[in-house]
This record gives sequence, structure tokens and C-alpha cells, in this order.
Amino acid sequence: MKKLLRIFFLLILITGIQSNSNAAEKVEYLKTDWSFKGLFGKFDRAALQRGYQVYTEVCSSCHSMKYLSYRNLAEKGGPEFTEDQAKVIAASFEVKDGPNADGDMFTRPGKLSDKFVMPYENVKAAQAANGGAYPPDMSVLVKARGGGVDYIYSLLQGYEDPPVGVTLDDGVYYNKYMYGNKIKMSNQLSDGLVEYSDGTNATVEQMSKDVTTFLMWAAEPHLEARHQMGFKAIIYLIILTVLVYFSMKRIWSRIKTEV
Amino acid sequence: MSDHQYTPESKFGKWFNDRLPLLTLANHLTDYPTPKNLNYWWTFGGILTFCLITQIVTGLVLAMHYIAHADMAFDSVEHIMRDVNYGWLIRYIHANGASMFFLAVYIHIFRSLFYGSYKAPREIIWIIGIIIYLLMMAAAFMGYVLPWGQMSFWGATVITNLFSAIPLVGEGIVTWLWGGYSVDNPTLTRFFTLHYLIPFLILGLVVLHIWALHVPGNNNPVGIDIKKPSKDTVPFHPYIVIKDGFALLMFMIVFAFFVFYTPNILGHADNYIEADPLVTPAHIVPEWYLLPFYAILRSVPDKLLGVVAMLSAIFILAVLPWLDTSKIRSAVFRPLYRQFYWILVADVLILGYVGAMPAEGLYLLIARVATAYYFLHFLVILPVLGFKEKTLPIPLSITEPVLGGSPNLATAKNKESLKIK
Repeated sequence: MKKLLRIFFLLILITGIQSNSNAAEKVEYLKTDWSFKGLFGKFDRAALQRGYQVYTEVCSSCHSMKYLSYRNLAEKGGPEFTEDQAKVIAASFEVKDGPNADGDMFTRPGKLSDKFVMPYENVKAAQAANGGAYPPDMSVLVKARGGGVDYIYSLLQGYEDPPVGVTLDDGVYYNKYMYGNKIKMSNQLSDGLVEYSDGTNATVEQMSKDVTTFLMWAAEPHLEARHQMGFKAIIYLIILTVLVYFSMKRIWSRIKTEV
Repeated sequence: MSDHQYTPESKFGKWFNDRLPLLTLANHLTDYPTPKNLNYWWTFGGILTFCLITQIVTGLVLAMHYIAHADMAFDSVEHIMRDVNYGWLIRYIHANGASMFFLAVYIHIFRSLFYGSYKAPREIIWIIGIIIYLLMMAAAFMGYVLPWGQMSFWGATVITNLFSAIPLVGEGIVTWLWGGYSVDNPTLTRFFTLHYLIPFLILGLVVLHIWALHVPGNNNPVGIDIKKPSKDTVPFHPYIVIKDGFALLMFMIVFAFFVFYTPNILGHADNYIEADPLVTPAHIVPEWYLLPFYAILRSVPDKLLGVVAMLSAIFILAVLPWLDTSKIRSAVFRPLYRQFYWILVADVLILGYVGAMPAEGLYLLIARVATAYYFLHFLVILPVLGFKEKTLPIPLSITEPVLGGSPNLATAKNKESLKIK
């Protein structure tokens, strides 16, 4: 058993090296309690719905979410809007479709099966509208940044006046948590910017947390299923391991050698 | 293979076995005499077999949904993660499975180094093992390229560019490998093909690895030759099967923890950004299991010599049976080698650590010292140690010290001395 503990120790060491290497540039991120962390971590349904509202009303004017469909909003483990609510949400977007029988493209209200409508036609158009910077697609954004949710959460609240001696070009802003501190996205959030339908006070902190939760779900839509299955799988393995351990002891007791 | 002749009981069994001796083979495998003092470090052979099968099975399913095209690869991986039933599970098992595979193979290799399992008459087993390890690295590297994220693309660019260090034909070889003038769609499709092929080559080599093992039989913690079968051995089934099974389950718990709770911790965040040939990531880092070799590569200022150093670091292992001049296999009876062994382990871990850091300043200095020591260990320390070292007296058999009367009684009685310190 001691040996197995040693193996485990080695494993932790390797993991340590790896996670260390991922966070080469170290800044202390703002901390908050994420409901989806831990063995039984689940999304806060209300936070996901509020987060979706922040995304649609604020982020989506520049940031696409090309891997998500409106149907996802009603799926289990997500914001869990009712199917009717999701249909209404989808129908509120104009979707380009076609070509029709005459060979023409046309627009129609969105359906559940449609992907989230993109804010720009293409990357070039997005860059042209944003001073040359491409607002990254947000589908897997939290997984694509070293600090994950803590980084995004901090970044949204990290706008400051630049320190003395730092000069910023036009259209460049100072952010404490951004790599290199220079960011082309201006501060988007201000207290009371959106009006939450559930009456939650829309502070910058609250909106940051909600939208980050939403982005986490967008990047890992099966996170809840994963945690649930993981717990069952590990319990099952532990029970089986114990049973096999005693079987092994019994079998090896036939000869005078310790296992 | 077996000492005794096996005859199936049933008439059909006998008829079939006379034509294709599958039952004889099965009988050999279950009866195979195994030293009874094998410790848990010996369970990693079975664990590795499990890893290989897991990678092949999950890989087959992934290949049904993956699209090997530069414009669609990233999208198809996200499709697997979102819309394929349990696609997230299959992909996370496959991605983390690669890491678990390497974890197990490193333990397997270092077990062999500690107990001298590579020495005569097991050199061929060892060399086949090194070839398997090389193929594993190739398969893992190409697999990491398939999602076509930023690290995939730039990792592929850096590694394939190493070939340009070859004098005269280097550039031509790189173009040939790429199938064009940069890493692009042709590179991706050929990597996919090879990534699919290599595991089956590994599978074939594993059969040879086990076959070669079954000729002399297992080495053991005491490192002495034993009579087979004898009271020093137990039949593979059920004794070793259940023990390997127990260890495998422990391993699977760790595996499951990674898959279900931290599936992305062993990967790099940048690989969730779609490949962009116009944007180079700040630091290009390979997967953790390649880091020691990456550190060796970067510690040499000259590109060609760096590549030579990196490849030598791997190929030096293949000639290890002839570099180690000691007749004693197990480090249990080699007090000096045991210390150098642990220094080597530390050295490789340090190389892994600096491999993940930027190659500058103190990190670069440490990498150079550690690289020098790595080669010193194999080229100087090991050959010299075989002549200079005063080894401890070895027991005559596994059971002998247990029964008493041996000069090594004290060594053998102290159970800790048979385990890795």
C-alpha cells in the first residue's frame, strides 16, 4: 500500500509541474464561490439564465458563440429554460437561410435547431468593426484561457486607469488581469446595465459572475452529467477494488507469501 | 514453450488443438510460472495493456466522428464534445488516457532500471520495449495535433522543423513530411493516418514483448535466476491475474478522477483556441510526458546538436544492457547504484520541470547541468560502477532467505529492503 501511495505522490507532483507551467504569468485572480466546482458541483440555474441575459444584451454584439444552438438553452444541465421559452428566444433572432426554390437567400425567425446567430459575417468584418482586434468566439473561451473562470471573472472587473508611465494607444484599455495589461475591449459592465427579471441587483460583480457561469456551461455543457457519472464510477471502482483486495488476500493465503 | 505437454480434455478440443494449438497457448498463459515475490511495481505491464486497449477502443469511436480536415477538425472535436452521445466521456478518456499511458510506461521503465530487468537474458524484451516507447511518443504527438488547436499546430511546426537540422536534405525532408510548404491540411491527414496505424504496430510489438518475456520468464525484486516451475513461482492464474487486477483497479480510480473531475488539467489551454498560422503562442510547450526530452533539446545551443542530444537520450536506453557492466541485476544488492538511481529519477523530474519553463536564465543553466548529468549517468557512472561497486551478497533463491540459514537473512528479513526506498 505504501508503494501505491508513492505512485500517487508522483502523480500529484507531475500534475503540479503541469499546472505550474500553465500559469507562467502569475497574478492573483479575484476569487468567488463557483457552484460547479467540487465532486457534486452543479450549475446555478438562475445564474445561467441571468448569464445568458448578460451575454445576449452585452457580449453578443461582438462575440459569437458558434458551437451553441438555441435548443441547448432548454437542455438538461444547462440554463434549463422551458422549451417554449427557448422557442421564443430563438424566434427573437433573424436567421439567414436559403437558398429557396428561386435561388434567393432569405431571413426567417430562428428555430431551436439554429446555431446562435453570429454578430458578424466573418472574421474580417469583426476585425474591421473592432479596430483590428477579433473578439474571440466565446463557446470554449473559459477552457482556452489559463486561469479559466477565475481569469474571465477577474478580467471583467479588472479595468483601471493605467499606472503612471504607461501610455495607451487609441482604442486600447488598461486591465489588471489581461496578459500584458493591454486590452482592446473597453470596460463593458457598469452597475445596473441590465435589468434582471428575477430582481437580482445587477452589480458589476454579479453580472461578471453570472456571465462567467454561463460561459463555463457553454464550454462544458455536460459538466453536471460528468460530475454525477464520475461520482458513481469512482464509488463503484472503490467497492470493486475492496472486493478484489479481499479475494486476492484469500487466494494468496494458499501460499505463504505476502502480497 | 511450456515444459509439460498439454492435452485438452474434450474430443473437439483435442481435434481443434491438433490443428491450431490455441488451447495450448491459453494453457501456457494461465500456467506460466511467475516469481512469487513480484511487488506492485510489476503490475504495470498489465496496466499498460489495459491502457493500450482503452486507447484503441476509444480511438476507434472518436475516429467515427472526427473529421481530418484543417477547416473542420476543431469543429468536429467540439461536435464530439457536445452532440455525440457520451462523446465528452470518450474524448476525455482518450486524452487523459494518453497521459495515464505515459505515467504507467515511465513507472514500468524505471522499475526495469531499478531491478536490472534489461540485463541478460532479457535484452530483446528491453529493446522491443524501447521501440514501443518511441512509437508511443510518435502516436501521442500526432494525436495531440488532431484537434487542430493552437498547441497542435505550433507543436507540429516545432517538432517537424527539427528535421530541418539534418544537413543538406533537412529542408527537403520537412517539406516532404508536411506535404507542402507549411503545416497544413496534408500534414493533418497524414498525421491522422499514422496516428491510426501506430497503435496497431504497438499492439504487434506488445505481443513480441510478451513472447520474449515468456522465454526467460519474469525478473523479480531479488534479481536472481529462479527455477521454473518451483516453490519460488506461482502460476500466472489466479495469483498474478488477481494481483494485477487489484492494481489495475487502483490505477483506474486515479484515471477516473482525472477524466471526471479535472479532464483538462494535463492539457494546455491554448489547444482550445483554433489553429491560426498567423498567431504564435507565447510559449510553445509539448505535453508533460515529452518535457524532459524537450529540455534536453533546448539545452544545446546548436539546433542539429540539440536534436542529436535529444535522440541520443532515447537511443542510449537501447544500448543500456551493454553500458551497465554490473552482473548483479537488482539495485537491492547494489548500494551505490541505488543512490545513483534515485539521482537519475530526480534528474529526469528536474528536466521535466525546466522543460515546461522558458529556456532562459537559471532555467537554461539547470537544464544544461541536468542534461549533462543524464548522459554522465549512462555513459560514465553505469559502466564504471559495474567494476568498482562492492555489492551485497545475493540469496540463492527467493525462498531461501525466508527459510533461514542464509548469510543474507538480515537483508531478506528486513522487508523494506525488498521494496523501493
